[in-house]
Amino acid sequence: MMNKQEILEKLPYSAPFLFVDDLLTIDENGATGTYTFSKDLDFYKGHFKDHPVTPGVILTETMAQIGMVCLGIYLSGYIDSGASSHVMLTSTAIDFMKPVFPGEKVTVVSEKVYFRFKKLHCKVEMKNEAGEVVCKGTLSGMVTTKLNG
Amino acid sequence: MNKEELLSRLKVIVSNYTQNKEALDSINEDTDFLKDLKINSANLVDVVLDVEEEFGIEIDNLSMEKMLNVRAAIEIIETKLHEAGRE
Repeated sequence: MMNKQEILEKLPYSAPFLFVDDLLTIDENGATGTYTFSKDLDFYKGHFKDHPVTPGVILTETMAQIGMVCLGIYLSGYIDSGASSHVMLTSTAIDFMKPVFPGEKVTVVSEKVYFRFKKLHCKVEMKNEAGEVVCKGTLSGMVTTKLNG
Repeated sequence: MNKEELLSRLKVIVSNYTQNKEALDSINEDTDFLKDLKINSANLVDVVLDVEEEFGIEIDNLSMEKMLNVRAAIEIIETKLHEAGRE
């Protein structure tokens, strides 16, 4: 069975598009992890002019990388330790409650709803350091052995 | 359950996942889920999960791989209902 470090090493991302710092827990039912948004991230220069706020698409991506991609890699390794797998995002439904500013650390918690016929559907939630929910919803993806499905 | 009834219940399920109204209106045994109804692979899984719930059957991986058009779907549903003794 894959450990947390092995899963992080299997992630197909690198800076500036890696949004996972730590995986805190992972098992067949879900994953928890954290990421700190560095003040130096490039998109803060333009979102928004003179008023940096983390874009919703980046929050969604962060929830997907921690909550769905890490979980998908774990689950596929759990079933078949053969070829390395990728998780292709296929749908999102996210509500945004609070802004996330440069320098904030967030925690993502995901819960598997189902993983059948290679489709992983999860409930995800992101909290800030005060423990407030900043966004939540559902994500789905197909676990494949190639990068472009 | 006859084929017509099966088809009409299947049509209700796929209508949630297709934007191609024309192909949906003319749905028949030759309709292909991907080519005609433009359902993607992720939503094809949802169709199969909805079929399981609607008909109270379980679709295995092998059957799932064959369920690419209406004809195959109906055959699989009929087989599974038969196996369960609920034709």
